[in-house]
Amino acid sequence: MAKFKKKTKTEENIPTSALPDIIFMLLFFFMVTTVLREQELLVEQKLPQATQLQKLEKKSLISYLFLGKPKNPSVYGTEPRIQANDALITTKDIIQWVNQEKDKLSEAERDQIYISLKADRDVKMGPVADIQLELREADARKILYASVGKLNEE
Amino acid sequence: MPRKKSRMSQEVNAGSMADIAFLLLIFFLVTTTIASDKGITNVLPPKIDPNQPPPEVDKNERNIFKILINSNDQLLVEEDFRDNTDGLDKEIKEFILNFGDPDQENVDLFNSLPPSLKAQAGQDPNSSDHPNEAVVSIKTNRGTSYDLYLEVLDKVKKAYYEIYAERVGLTADEYRALSSRTAAEKELMDRGKENLPMAISIAEPDKGGE
Repeated sequence: MAKFKKKTKTEENIPTSALPDIIFMLLFFFMVTTVLREQELLVEQKLPQATQLQKLEKKSLISYLFLGKPKNPSVYGTEPRIQANDALITTKDIIQWVNQEKDKLSEAERDQIYISLKADRDVKMGPVADIQLELREADARKILYASVGKLNEE
Repeated sequence: MPRKKSRMSQEVNAGSMADIAFLLLIFFLVTTTIASDKGITNVLPPKIDPNQPPPEVDKNERNIFKILINSNDQLLVEEDFRDNTDGLDKEIKEFILNFGDPDQENVDLFNSLPPSLKAQAGQDPNSSDHPNEAVVSIKTNRGTSYDLYLEVLDKVKKAYYEIYAERVGLTADEYRALSSRTAAEKELMDRGKENLPMAISIAEPDKGGE
């Protein structure tokens, strides 16, 4: 028996030097596919589900409008509120906000502005319709109802 | 020269590198969100000029597919009551492709369609005359839930995209993924849409019943 024991002197270490490479690959994937959270959300956001989703091609043309119940009801109440650029605004401010957003774009792209409406799924149509009416007034007519894909598609 | 018997191991110990990479990975996982610029696109109608009277709508009743949603999320589709949206996309598809009374231009359009779409033309005199006349109208109430509104809009879009996709021999998913960046894809997109406008009218919601 002792004879055999002497012969089996194999390396006990498992080479793990490839592990960091794998992790780095994962890391790069996440770095590329994600964006840093740009703004603090002040309203609740549970996007509705839909199947016919489209992706917008030019990100620079998109401006975001959030709609939902405030996260801090003791300060802002429980009615759905609109958030644009870190602040809660009222329906009347939308035209001004659209014009500000348009000014950020170049002359040629100004009328191509896309408004991505990120509305909570519990919101009623009333505030949504108010926003649409104001957007029509502000001549920002392209709208994207932000939604997430349905998991159980027929 | 005698060879050294015990050589130093040449491998650098890289075990802790994985830990560092893990830390970075977890940091990015926590601080970032996956960009989700996806959704249902729509173009709102231009603003109404208060000095001008509202435009006359001289469309025949049969050319409008009416969907009404009340504040209790109940639907009235073409005068029929229902409480869910099952099968709505199929009905809309049939409505658009009805070809009840096409003029010459639309007879040509009909002839250019693939057989699978031609087969759906019911030619019902009480449904739409031809796709260029057909309008799908969605009217909500201020108390309608946004979720249901989007579900209905989703079904209408689905009907149109399925027609477009079938026309160019793709699935609806493939058609929606087309972008106008390359000429070939743009050509496909235009071919699908040609003479088949996506006419979805979204009426302003009723005030009452909130």
